[in-house]
Amino acid sequence: MSSGEFKGVWVFSENKDLAFELLGKGRELANKLGVELAGLLLGQGVANQAEEFISYGADKVYVADDPALKSFQPEPYKSVIADLASKYKPEILLIGGTRRGKELAPRIATVLETGCSSDCKVLDIDASKRLLLMDRLVYGGNAVSTLVCRSKPQIATVPPRTFDKPQAAKRKGEVVKVEVKAESPRTQILETKAKEVSGAKIEEASIVVLGGRGMKSKEDFKILDELAKILGGQVGVTRPLAADLEWFPEWVGLSGKTIKPMLFIGAGASGAIQLLAGMRDSRVIVAVNKDPEAPIFKAADYGIVGDLYEVVPALTAALKEIFKK
Amino acid sequence: MIGIMHSIVCIKYALDVAELKIDPATRAPVLAGATRKVSDIDKNAIEEAVRIKEKVGGKVSVVTMGSPEAKKAITEAIAMGADEGYLVTDPSFDQSDTMATSYVLAAAIKKIGDFNLILCGEATIDGYTAQVGPSVAERLNLPQITYARRIVVEGDSVTAERDLTENYETTKAKMPALITVTKEINEPRLPTLMSIMKASKKEIKVWGAADLGVAKEKVGAAGSSIQVLKALAPEMKRKGVVLKDMPAKEAAMELAKTLVKEGIVKG
Repeated sequence: MSSGEFKGVWVFSENKDLAFELLGKGRELANKLGVELAGLLLGQGVANQAEEFISYGADKVYVADDPALKSFQPEPYKSVIADLASKYKPEILLIGGTRRGKELAPRIATVLETGCSSDCKVLDIDASKRLLLMDRLVYGGNAVSTLVCRSKPQIATVPPRTFDKPQAAKRKGEVVKVEVKAESPRTQILETKAKEVSGAKIEEASIVVLGGRGMKSKEDFKILDELAKILGGQVGVTRPLAADLEWFPEWVGLSGKTIKPMLFIGAGASGAIQLLAGMRDSRVIVAVNKDPEAPIFKAADYGIVGDLYEVVPALTAALKEIFKK
Repeated sequence: MIGIMHSIVCIKYALDVAELKIDPATRAPVLAGATRKVSDIDKNAIEEAVRIKEKVGGKVSVVTMGSPEAKKAITEAIAMGADEGYLVTDPSFDQSDTMATSYVLAAAIKKIGDFNLILCGEATIDGYTAQVGPSVAERLNLPQITYARRIVVEGDSVTAERDLTENYETTKAKMPALITVTKEINEPRLPTLMSIMKASKKEIKVWGAADLGVAKEKVGAAGSSIQVLKALAPEMKRKGVVLKDMPAKEAAMELAKTLVKEGIVKG
């Protein structure tokens, strides 16, 4: 197949906010290529959302509204998207990199015999070659790699909140109703249990106080809470404390949330490369750790070698004293 | 479903990313001679397969695609309790992307034969694409359950609790099925010296491209859609002011004053 047949930028996410973020980036890419931007809307009773997709930048919305797509299952979603892509041949397909999106994208790429790049943080166009340039972290976060995909569609997954949600505007667009012939799901969902998530989103906090393995118990987080409170920040944790110990529902790092606050304070986190990958774009990084050799000091602007159980309360007290004046 | 429980675990002899050195002049990772190990989450997959075997019987096979050196990964898996090992290696496989890798692994799995369960880690520590598992499922037309933090095998079906970031989802599939596991599903056992010695004597089957009957144009750099233009360590320009050998109170006060003076925090 000559790549000339493929045209247009498509975006899909089962998460609406993420779909809008992708429409924002997709619009920019489509403009650079001088092609159309289309959104894919899959589900049951979703047809009325098509106008919203247009308001966020889509020229066209493919609506697959069918009971078979009521809940996300990899097989029906994959088959519908792969069929549409085979028929209309987009050159770029951006998929929201939720865990569901990440199990979907490689299956679509396999069906379409093309390539896929996961967790892209930067997307751009090489205008001379009409190729999508995809930046992602590799080697456990040790390096940033720029990738291209030689076949079409070029598929990329994009983590939530990588790109800003665009401003909605009154725009005109075309809605295409799609006839759905979905594969049957091969798994059965028995139960869905929401995690307890506090209202505030850590990726939106301008100051983050993060606890690592050096924290001995969940109760001890009150010393971090106090520091976060006086700074107007939020508390976060590393993966072991969230996924293993379940003290918190989510974590910062390569496999979790990526944050870039104005100020990051890490307490008792050694600075494994997987953590650094999730916070190294913070404006200012402060580290408190007992081990002077801890790698986090190499990534920090300011560090204190010491016991966090002494240093953190002392820092809170010092700030209180300064702020009082 | 076949008579006895047979799990096949896909593993990678991955770059040890914690040990990876960066060339300060070029910012390029130094890959020549870099240490490798069984990818962390793949060990969880091996452990889970062995635990399933301990519960319901049957056997565990491990398969890896890599250089001849990747035999070490198989030996380690056997020391952890796997029964059979398969190394898929061929110079033409070098620089395969995720899709080419899943193509080769799927061919190897077909050649291994009947199975009930394929287990993979949620992602490998070096590439972290999380693509190979789902892509193998697509090629073998299997139901897939990703990000499992708990697995229960019962009769001819498998139930898993998945960690989907915002929620947990309990999902059931009829076997054969493919499951990717998270790091939290178990604590992989450390093989004893005895079991490592025993494992190193075990014969490992080695298959090349011709044994698998894979098409040359679908493997390696030639068969990979994804091409790497560059891979460089991000620039880290940090102040690196570290206070040590100071009483906590003094150090904290000095830091607090600096943060306020620099306008980083405000009262």
